[in-house]
Formats: sequence, C-alpha cells, structure tokens
Amino acid sequence: MRPDDRKYSPTHEWVKIDGETATVGITDFAVQELSNGNTSDLVYCDLPEVGRSVKAGQTFGEIESVKAVSDLNSPVSGEVVDVNHVIEEHLEVLAKDPWKEGWMVKFKLASKSTEGLMDAAQYEKFVAQAKH
Amino acid sequence: MKTTSLHAVHEQLGAKLIDFGGWHMPVQYGPILDEVQCVRNRAGLFDLGHMGRVHVTGPDAVAFVDRIATNWCAKIPVSAIRYSLFCKEDGNPIDDVLLYREEASVYIVVNASNTAVDLDWMRRQSAGFRVSIDDQTDRTAMIAIQGPLSREILQRAVSGYDLSKLGYYKFDFATVCGLERTRISRTGYTGELGYELYLPNAEGPRVWSALAELGAAQGIAPIGLGARDILRLEAGMPLYGHEIDLQHNPIEAGLNFGVSMAPEKAGTLGRGALERYAAAPTRKLVGLTTPGPRVPRQGTEVYRGSQRVGAVCSGAPSPTLSTNIASAYVALDAAQVGLELELDFRGKRQPCRVQELPFFSRTRK
Repeated sequence: MRPDDRKYSPTHEWVKIDGETATVGITDFAVQELSNGNTSDLVYCDLPEVGRSVKAGQTFGEIESVKAVSDLNSPVSGEVVDVNHVIEEHLEVLAKDPWKEGWMVKFKLASKSTEGLMDAAQYEKFVAQAKH
Repeated sequence: MKTTSLHAVHEQLGAKLIDFGGWHMPVQYGPILDEVQCVRNRAGLFDLGHMGRVHVTGPDAVAFVDRIATNWCAKIPVSAIRYSLFCKEDGNPIDDVLLYREEASVYIVVNASNTAVDLDWMRRQSAGFRVSIDDQTDRTAMIAIQGPLSREILQRAVSGYDLSKLGYYKFDFATVCGLERTRISRTGYTGELGYELYLPNAEGPRVWSALAELGAAQGIAPIGLGARDILRLEAGMPLYGHEIDLQHNPIEAGLNFGVSMAPEKAGTLGRGALERYAAAPTRKLVGLTTPGPRVPRQGTEVYRGSQRVGAVCSGAPSPTLSTNIASAYVALDAAQVGLELELDFRGKRQPCRVQELPFFSRTRK
C-alpha cells in the first residue's frame, strides 16, 4: 500500500499538503514505467526555478529516460518555493525513496483544491488497471 | 502482433517486450546502457527474427534486383554483401536493404516495418522479369552475435569452418550447432565484429541457448532493441524512419556507398532523381555531440544563433563516447565538422558540436 497521507494524480504524481505548503513528487509506478525497472535508464530531470507559478494540470518539469521524455504535471496550483536539486544529479533517489527523499518541488498553494486527485486506495485501483 | 521463434525465450529472460513494426520484440532485458557496453566490451545476442528475408531466384534475378536496388548487383562478387536501397522514381527510399549475392540469385534482408511494402513493391516491379520472390521471414529465425568476443564464441558452435576466413560483409554456409549449410554472414548493426545466422524456425531457441551457454563465461548477454538503436547510432548506421524515409534521400544521408552511379545502372528506379540530388544537395546528415544533460530526440531543432539550420533524426546517450549524441540534417553551410550549434529544447538552448559520422567503428578502423 502506498502512503495514505497524500493524494495522487492520474499522471502518477503525488502531492502531500501541510497547511499552505504542498510537496510534489512522482510515484513508484511512474518511476517503474519510465525506467522499465532499471534506474540507470533514467538520464535527466528538469525542475522549475523557485518563484514560478504553476496551475494544476500544468507541466512543471520533465523527466527523461534513455528511450523517452515525460512531462511532470502539477497536481495543484501554486508558486514554487523549493526545489530538490539533489535529484538532478542523483536520479536513483527516485527509485530508492520516491515518497520522501525523492520529493521534487514544494509549492505555496494558491488554492487548496484537490479536485481530480485520488486517495491511496483509489490510486491503487487506478494503477492495477493501468497495468492491463 | 507477430512473434518470432524466440518469443518464449525472451519472456523467460524477463525482457520488456514492445510492438516493433508489428512484432512483439524485446526492447531490453536489463538496463539499456549496460547492454550497449556488453556489446562494445564482450558480446551480445540479438533476435532479428522480425527482419524480412526474401530470396529472389530465376533467370532474371540479378537483372531484376538491379532494376529496383541502387547498388550494382551484377558487380557484387558471389558470397559478398552490399548495402543498398529500394528507391521510388523521386529518389526517396521505401527501404534500405542488404543484398547477399549468390551465383544466380539474391538473398535480401529488409526492415521489419517495411517488409510488406517491400514485397508489394518487388512484386509490382517484377512484371516482365523471370523471377520468383520467396518471402522466408515467417519460417526462418535470424540471430546476431555481435561484439569483440563474438568470433571466438561463435567458433565454438561451428564445425569444419574457420570464421577468421570470413571477411567483413561476406557470407558463407557452415555447420552451426550440428545444422549443416547454415547461412552465416559477417554483418551487423553495431559497428562491432559480428555475425548473423539464418536458421529454420524450429532451431532458433536451441541455437540461441547454445550460444548463450558457450559465451556465458565471457559474459555474453541478450541485447534488446533499445541498445541496438544506440549501437547503430554510434556506428553511424541509418535507421529507416529516422535518417532516411520518403522525404530523405540516400545521397544527402551520405549513403553514396549504397548507390551506384555507373552508366550501366541508368535503368535503376530513382536514378534520375538521385543524380539531381548528387548534383545539387541542399542539406547534409551530420553527427552532433552535446555536453548538456538533455538527450536530443527525433525532431529536436538545431540552431545557429537565431537561425534554424536543421533537425535531429536520432539521438541517444552514448555510453561509448560518454556524451549525448545525435544524427541531424543541417544546411550545407552548417555542416562543417567542429562547428558549434545549439539544440532547442522547448526554448531552452543546449550547445552541440558537429562531428563526423560514424562516432564509432571497430569494423572499419
């Protein structure tokens, strides 16, 4: 079971909301799909600058594997207040601990809406379907 | 989706399988970049059962191939192989192929994704020629062994034949794993020493396992299409749909070695157009290396200052060169080796430098 202290997007990002701040990352399933289970196939992650405003559903960065590039979509609306630059040099962190160490961006929330997001149980079902 | 005779083997090995030209093929068994290095340093096994294999026989076989293929088939020595293309009248290729010249017949290996188009094309063009066109794809297996150790590993499976006598782009018939008269060619899509074997379907899994076992101590490994694509890009070899297609002719792609301009070849399809491209090219296929983190992809645009000078055909991280590489068509005045250009990633620029192709070759150096 994935952490139930956060919400999940259909494009496999997670968001954990603490008061006015939202921490965003990608799920273990996203990492698995991008890398085909081989962490060394991840080659690059492009994260935004602090200060940038992003709306829910918009792209805040890109992640790249040997074979393909994928957008990182923000589950929430807000302004970027912190970026985990460690990931850019150490993509293996995403496979090791996508839930904590592998966080990507912190947003100052413009809205607390979590419309269209799933809880852990719903996401579990969603992923089970995506596998088939 | 179609499957090769080795499909169950790939599943057992835990390969990630994808649709490739209508075939369910392994893209990787493990990390792609490790597979590339395995072929560069040791040896790798490839299932090429999806490649189209067509035998052209009959009294006009060679003359017919000279009508549809850009290289001069009649001049290929028996037991030699030449790269060639099937071009339309406008000089653009419907496919690139290898011609295996036999005494009075030609064995042709074509791309999986184009096999149906090629066969249709060949049959339509064959009117008036006394030829028989036999598509052997579905009843034969094709296995490649590539890498610096490929010869010594394959030699252990071969009896009564010395592989060191088989020259680059030559083929012969020998006993492999007890199978008499097995076609062996010294060819490949990696820039390495390597061989390709043609077998009856039923023997594919047995020969594959035998080679895996004979090379186990030296670290032979199965290699998927992901690594194959990087290996061929490093080796400067074109992939249909990237460097060449119905809008990209072989002359501007630098594939002149596959196009005979001899007067005797005047009747070849596409010849007039190819001469015009040769006389007045507008762009050139070059290599690019980029020190930045972004991997160039097909369609990534290439700039000199504010001027767009071209676009990427293929790109990949290259473990052999330890940098990201690409092939790209650029304007003739931007094709000079050493020239500094820029790649555009959604408005963010990343520097790159024009390089000579191939990036890497062990076979030709």
